[in-house]
Amino acid sequence: MTATGTFETGVNAAEVHGARRDEAAASGTTVITGIGVVAPNGLGVADYWAATLEGRSGIGRITRFDPARYPVRLAGEISGFVPADHLPGRLIPQTDHMTRLALVAADEALRDAGLRQDAQPEYGVGVVTAAGAGGFEFGHRELEKLWRDGPEHVSAYQSFAWFYAVNTGQISIRHGFRGPSGVLVSDQAGGLDAIAQARRHVRGGLPAVVTGAVDGSLCPWGWVAQVSTGQLSRATDPASAYRPFDADASGFVPGEGGAILIAEDAAAAAARGARVHGRVLGYAATFDRRPRPGAPTSPFGLRRAIELALADAGRAPGDIDVIFADGAGVPDLDRAEAQALAAVFGPRSVPVCVPKTMTGRLCAGAGPLDVAAALLSIRDGLVPPAVHVRPDPGHRLDLVTGEPRPLRVRNALVVARGARGFNSAIVVGAPA
Amino acid sequence: MKPLTLADLAAILREVAGEDETTPLEGDFADVPFSDLGYDSIAVLEMAARLSRDYGVHLSDDDVLGPATPRQVLELAGSETEPAP
Repeated sequence: MTATGTFETGVNAAEVHGARRDEAAASGTTVITGIGVVAPNGLGVADYWAATLEGRSGIGRITRFDPARYPVRLAGEISGFVPADHLPGRLIPQTDHMTRLALVAADEALRDAGLRQDAQPEYGVGVVTAAGAGGFEFGHRELEKLWRDGPEHVSAYQSFAWFYAVNTGQISIRHGFRGPSGVLVSDQAGGLDAIAQARRHVRGGLPAVVTGAVDGSLCPWGWVAQVSTGQLSRATDPASAYRPFDADASGFVPGEGGAILIAEDAAAAAARGARVHGRVLGYAATFDRRPRPGAPTSPFGLRRAIELALADAGRAPGDIDVIFADGAGVPDLDRAEAQALAAVFGPRSVPVCVPKTMTGRLCAGAGPLDVAAALLSIRDGLVPPAVHVRPDPGHRLDLVTGEPRPLRVRNALVVARGARGFNSAIVVGAPA
Repeated sequence: MKPLTLADLAAILREVAGEDETTPLEGDFADVPFSDLGYDSIAVLEMAARLSRDYGVHLSDDDVLGPATPRQVLELAGSETEPAP
């Protein structure tokens, strides 16, 4: 859970570009043409979005294992997911739960985009995802076998089923995508970092990249790793467990899921007649300095990431119609985020929404799911509410609660923070 | 140690590496290479580990990788090839 970095495979995007595409044909603009969602409050984009607008939460007591002996017992679990209904039998013994979810999300995103490898150049589609922990549940089972039964009982698939890059690899293999691929590992910020890396590949000449992230490690091994951070809510009532920006905020609830997105060069998407959900306009990432022991979290790094993302997008603070906040639910982190937002945008000047109050925090999956929600807000002119939250007026935020808010959204900011200093911000905009 | 049959091999493969509708382990598949049955090298090594553990049949990597077929594995294990039920 602590390793960070990137794992890159495949050929360089620039080589693909030079070998295959006319330089002038690339538009330089990255658009999102496909969305696939797996979330605790909805499997698939339609179910997720309907639940999210209705304020229906997917947080509840853990069922995947018995949480009675742990101090934290609530999570955002995806219920009613039967892998064999979605995936071939060959993939079941070699995949962690979250990889199965990622494959299902990728299927939906690719269907939505109408993107298929057989209509693309051999090295024309890459896969860039993010991961927080890898396949912990799979690893947990194999470790149990190792200690209980001996090494000859450990599955050979453990060699890759746990690995950070496994979702990238399995999506690539399943669909035959052989373009530049990799994985970003930067905790909860990683999902936005992956989309940014996809944009770099598109700018380098690649027609399309499967990106986003699906994450989750709801197993005893993953659970103790998360509980030990001290940031998880110990509440037992799902309605009061995860309340970012509330005066009674007491930590967060982890969840599983995320979104897979299809990022394409705008010209390539137009050439094949693809429908566009929106544009990736700007992005930036910063890293916090080591905090002094006992000192409050500084808002500076996050503020800088937001300012740099706006500059990259060529947008002023006043151009942003809605903000999808990180919403840590940890008082010190909520305060730092609220300060950063107020510093950039002014107090209560832009609506702030936290749909992850209905899913829990999905680690690397969180950012891409928020980007999906932002694109759906652009489509429908509706911003989803945060549930269970009574906003602390001291944060000076215009938090959307109760009902979805009708709003014409042209530009949305999505913010994500990872443990120990990762800050990422991305600006997405309406189709041109 | 129990004798190894083609049906046992099919059951092991299903358990360790799954099965799907594209290349089911039915009828006479004894001479079809594992790779053509849709099992990659990890699946085949997993099968070999299970044979060693449960049947006392110790095969080298070279015995099961490459163009190996179920019949070859059964012959190395000293068992007769019988049609799967």
